[in-house]
Amino acid sequence: MTELLLARGQMAMLFAFHIIFAVAGMGMPVLMVIAEAAYRKTGKPVYQELAKRWARGTGVLFAVGAVSGTVLSFELGLLWPRFMEFSGGIIGLPFALEGFAFFAEAIFLGIYLYGWDKVSPRLHLLSGVAVAIGGILSGVFVVTANAWMNSPAGFALLDGKPVNISPLAAMFNPAWKTETAHMTLAAFAASGFAVAGIHAFMLLRDRENLFHRRALAIALWVGGVAAILLPVSGDFNARFIARHQPAKLAAMEGQFRTERGAPLRIGGIPDVNSQTTRFAIEIPRALSLLAFHDPDSEVKGLSAFPRDEWPNPVPVHLAFQFMVAFGATMSVLALLSALLAWRRREWLYHRPFLFAVAACGPLGILSVEAGWVVTELGRQPWVIHGVMRTAYAVTTVGGLAIPFAFFSLLYLALGVSAAWLIRREVSASPAFPLDGKGGSEPG
Amino acid sequence: MPSLSSLLAGSILGSLVLYALLGGADFGGGVWDLFARGPRADAQRQLIARAIGPVWETNHIWLIVAIVILFTGFPSAFAAISTALFVPLTLLLAGIVLRGAAFAFHAYHLHEERGTGRWGTLFAGASLVTPVLLGVTIGALSSGRIPAEPLTFTGDTASWLAPYPLSVGVLTLSAFSYLAAVYLIMETDDPDLRSDFRCRALWSAAAVALLSVFVPVIAASGAPDFYGALTGSDWFVSVAMFYATAALGACVSLVLSAYSIARIFAAAQVVLILLGWGLAQFPFLARPAITFSSSASSPSTLRLLLLFLAAGAVLLFPAIFLLMRIFKREALSGRYRETP
Ligand code: HDD
Ligand code: HEM
Ligand code: HEM
Repeated sequence: MTELLLARGQMAMLFAFHIIFAVAGMGMPVLMVIAEAAYRKTGKPVYQELAKRWARGTGVLFAVGAVSGTVLSFELGLLWPRFMEFSGGIIGLPFALEGFAFFAEAIFLGIYLYGWDKVSPRLHLLSGVAVAIGGILSGVFVVTANAWMNSPAGFALLDGKPVNISPLAAMFNPAWKTETAHMTLAAFAASGFAVAGIHAFMLLRDRENLFHRRALAIALWVGGVAAILLPVSGDFNARFIARHQPAKLAAMEGQFRTERGAPLRIGGIPDVNSQTTRFAIEIPRALSLLAFHDPDSEVKGLSAFPRDEWPNPVPVHLAFQFMVAFGATMSVLALLSALLAWRRREWLYHRPFLFAVAACGPLGILSVEAGWVVTELGRQPWVIHGVMRTAYAVTTVGGLAIPFAFFSLLYLALGVSAAWLIRREVSASPAFPLDGKGGSEPG
Repeated sequence: MPSLSSLLAGSILGSLVLYALLGGADFGGGVWDLFARGPRADAQRQLIARAIGPVWETNHIWLIVAIVILFTGFPSAFAAISTALFVPLTLLLAGIVLRGAAFAFHAYHLHEERGTGRWGTLFAGASLVTPVLLGVTIGALSSGRIPAEPLTFTGDTASWLAPYPLSVGVLTLSAFSYLAAVYLIMETDDPDLRSDFRCRALWSAAAVALLSVFVPVIAASGAPDFYGALTGSDWFVSVAMFYATAALGACVSLVLSAYSIARIFAAAQVVLILLGWGLAQFPFLARPAITFSSSASSPSTLRLLLLFLAAGAVLLFPAIFLLMRIFKREALSGRYRETP
């Protein structure tokens, strides 16, 4: 039992770490390509400097993403051999496609980073585009695998073994569209807000620096558009879950009783013993409305399921609250910046606004972590929803505390070092003073 | 027409060969960073970092390709191997993480400080250990001790902590170092640096030659079934002859400073080692009981996987070629532009 907990904990840690770099690998190339495109179009050196610096940051993050991803592909087998034995043949294909996307990413990132004066401007920009496409595709492919764990498809069961396997049907399982769309948008929102936050923070110190102003504008655009779309996309995910994983929805919403016209609970703490969610603000009938687009529809509560099929509602509900709250904050900020950009441009560089952007910088990546807690813990006790239990999938190897502790320390060291490098990269800001002409080279 | 599962077995071997020839040399570069000595130690390190920088992440993906084919095409074998070799695989991962991350941090500093620093040391140290663990894993697969009852961990370390897998580990390390030394000669036009790496190439060539006799001798007792399949086969003599020719050719061309020819011979040596291993191992994926056909996924999966691999190869090889042409043109042709 404790070995199972250790395996789950280790898996969670490895993913929580990898996803940070994966998000950067999907979002950062888009930012850097936009900056370079602006440079090629306007010829202003500030954009080139921006593209170069973003690319250098991407290079470091990508390397950590690559090695931590490699760890994951082995650990799936090391920690969950029965899961991989069962699903490798069904859902391995998206991982193979992901491999090709990695190739595209790595090849063209190599050209992009080291090729500024070795290849033509056109090829250089195109390489950046290829990195961005590779990053997005690798995220999409791997999330289809996760979507399959939520809504398994493409096989039939015979004596506990999969038969009649159709890898394409497994890949294009019912959840793949909503999940990949939400993840891709989340990656843009998280990268965009993190980068905008950093540059806003720098502008608080050095308000006239054109470099940071341009950076803020690009990052806020990318992050903002995604942040506005995310709640819309999240609504599709929630409605999908309401139909396909009702126990997960009940845990997310802290819904214990099955009822018609169920209320939406904001905040609150689910209490498993008394089967109530305390301290929540309840909006009558709103959950039924959101989940089924009908205020009187019936929402299943956890009590409708056998006790041993419940996910733990406490972390799932709380994580869901955080994701939605952060998402709402980010979209409000995005709308506000759009309004300012349209009406009161100079306010974009005033202290209160910069402060707000800097404060919201971490929200995107925090929502990503929270969202994955919802998805993964909400799927428990199943590793493959309705098909295989996590407890069955786990390895028989003992002593899992040792690799867990080891990888935790290793990743802590890597995370700190990467953060330190990025911090240095940022804090040595190049001087592009505001000279009215918009970015001529100093000196 | 070979069966689907043997085609995929071939693809795994192909990925491993490419990983050894490309990614292996990047590890070897780290080894030579560790052993950089003499008045040109810094210049050697710079050269190594410059050679590895743009390509190591691409080269690394061949390993991921091999793993993905393994778990998609042969999932039960993947599960059994992950259980039996849990410890060496976990250590291998640690080495991969440390090498890659440390190199990225090291290279990041390089362009401003030119120092080596702690990251450089970590990168070099991990480059030394990781190939050994990779070789140990490969050796363990042929040692005949991967339990037939696949998913129960017995705690038995004899499958990998034994002379035969360890000797394969050392062979892997020396082969990677050898490749790196031979490739690095052509990465520079500085005659002193060239002769440094030529000297290293010759030493490691000797080590590889010695080990490629030594390892099969150990296999006779450490992996008897594998040894029987290797020496009893009708292709053994011809592969061994080709191998000896390549080894001799590499040494002669190194002595004669015909570096681009040496590179071809050295690569051929490594290909032949892996080919020999693969042919002797087939049809087993993990001896004594797990074969490719016994652990294969459904034919529909195997067919799609092969199709995707073929399509991917058509798309990717031109891109990899482009990468090599941009960054390795001089090293491949041996012609350097005049540096003013
Ligand atoms: C920037 C990040 C971000 C933001 C602002 C939001 N989400 Fe999200 N959400 C994610 C990032 C994310 C994620 C980390 O990317 C997840 C985990 C799995 C997935 O596909 O996306 C996720 C999962 C996820 C799920 C579970 C999907 C599943 O288990 O299959 C639901 C129901 C929602 N989200 C709903 C929402 C709603 C209603 C939001 C309204 C504001 C919202 N999300 C904002
Ligand atoms: C495509 C992507 C992913 C796949 C294929 C995947 C697969 C898995 C598997 C096989 C397990 C172990 C079995 C289980 O506990 O159900 C697991 C657990 C877990 N994963 Fe994921 N995962 C993915 C993405 C993520 C991400 C990005 C996070 C981010 C934080 C995450 C967080 C977790 C957590 C918290 C657990 C432990 C859940 C528990 O046991 O209670 N996962 N995942
Ligand atoms: C939601 C989950 C995931 C997302 C969005 C994601 C996305 C990405 C992205 C964008 C990269 C590129 C490297 C980078 O940018 O840092 C990457 C790297 C990698 N990921 Fe993940 N990943 C996820 C989960 C997984 C899982 C479950 C596996 C394991 C099977 C995995 C294996 C890898 C590998 C092997 C790499 C390295 C590729 C290379 O060498 O370039 N990832 N991932």
